[in-house]
Amino acid sequence: MAKVKHESSWYPLEPGESVLDALLRQGVVVPNSCRAGACQSCLMRAMAGTVPEAAQVGLKETLRAQGYFLACACRPPAGAVLEVTGAEALRVPARITSLSALSPSVLQVSLVTDSPLAYRAGQYLSLVRADGLTRSYSLASLPREDALELHVRLHPGGAMSGWLAHDARPGDVLDIQGPAGSCFYVPGRPEQPLLLAGTGTGLAPLYGIVRDALEAGHTGPIWLFHGARTPEGLYLTRELRELAERYPQLHYRPGVLEGGTRDVAEGALDVLIRAECPRPVGWRAWLCGDGPLVLSLRKKLFLAGLPLKDLHVDAFLPSVPQAQRGIDAGA
Amino acid sequence: MSVGAEKSVYEELGGEPAMAAAVEVFYRRVLADEHISHFFEDVDMERQAAKQKAFLTMVTGGPVHYSGLDMRAGHAHLVQRGLADSHFDAVAGHLKATLEELGVAGPLVARVLAIAESARADVLGR
Repeated sequence: MAKVKHESSWYPLEPGESVLDALLRQGVVVPNSCRAGACQSCLMRAMAGTVPEAAQVGLKETLRAQGYFLACACRPPAGAVLEVTGAEALRVPARITSLSALSPSVLQVSLVTDSPLAYRAGQYLSLVRADGLTRSYSLASLPREDALELHVRLHPGGAMSGWLAHDARPGDVLDIQGPAGSCFYVPGRPEQPLLLAGTGTGLAPLYGIVRDALEAGHTGPIWLFHGARTPEGLYLTRELRELAERYPQLHYRPGVLEGGTRDVAEGALDVLIRAECPRPVGWRAWLCGDGPLVLSLRKKLFLAGLPLKDLHVDAFLPSVPQAQRGIDAGA
Repeated sequence: MSVGAEKSVYEELGGEPAMAAAVEVFYRRVLADEHISHFFEDVDMERQAAKQKAFLTMVTGGPVHYSGLDMRAGHAHLVQRGLADSHFDAVAGHLKATLEELGVAGPLVARVLAIAESARADVLGR
């Protein structure tokens, strides 16, 4: 049996159980969201003992070296002994400066930190409320801008999104942790065609990446596809049309599954992309949003000739609600 | 060159960079083949590509060595899902086509396929 020490108490682990599941099962509050090793909300630090390699996948070298690991991906072998602490040291307070609706289902949340956060446009961070509730969101802002801008999709019954929409006020303070993620623009080859595609609030990182690329002097064609089920799911359309007028190399293509108009194409995102970008060989691409759709799109673009190293993906995973914990802990 | 130090196909092809190029071609071929693509679907495409690169490195005689037991253990879950000779043949066919597409000479392709063939019983759990 493996065991974990946290704040002077020892917690036994069931065979194959993750550190996150074991601590939650035994009443310890650990921030967490996707529980799939992606969002990095459940970052913890090992003060003693050896963390399995799989628990540090995707972490920055500096974090690994300090013993940080993802509790949801940490399944110590039988007999292992770990002493862990939370990642409070990595969090910084951030003050909400504005909350405004981008569409009926998307809220724009702006925050400022005391000292500027070092990040790349398109990365994501975790919001940690005072009670420990944690969710990760992509950054839509640019590092040179004063505020950190997040696009929060309003989920029916969503804990964080509901709180932000109804209870939070400008001036409220949360902690942020991050940034994380490798879905960003790297300057170089300014003439290379770029493909940016996303659904829903997958537009947030793309809105940062497209402006980052344009400001870095990217001259090659940039295709930005934003998909939604209906026109109500599209947002920032006016801003993006204006951006495309200012930068002729930018082609903004909103698309919906139903209710298309003269300005908004109708059809599945991959079909719309194939119609306008039939041969993306030698391109770079960023795909963000709904998990299954983004992963399927990546496969199609890989088969169409994009190398894996030029395919940047941020597949949004749903947070696992409290009620399901008992169920999937056994899966 | 010392006696008996015959160059591996891996070295003939140019080592690691050649494998990186080959895996893109090979992975595209197996994913596009509906008879076998379900064995290669993976949420983490980078991880899947890394596994295939290790496979290509092994069958070309490069610095990756799996024991028969490794091959057995690594494919047992696929055998449970119905992995059979027809799938092995299809993968070997894509391996051959990949090497040919990259301009590898016939005798070298034959050497690679012979190494791959030697893993058949372990891969299929027989």
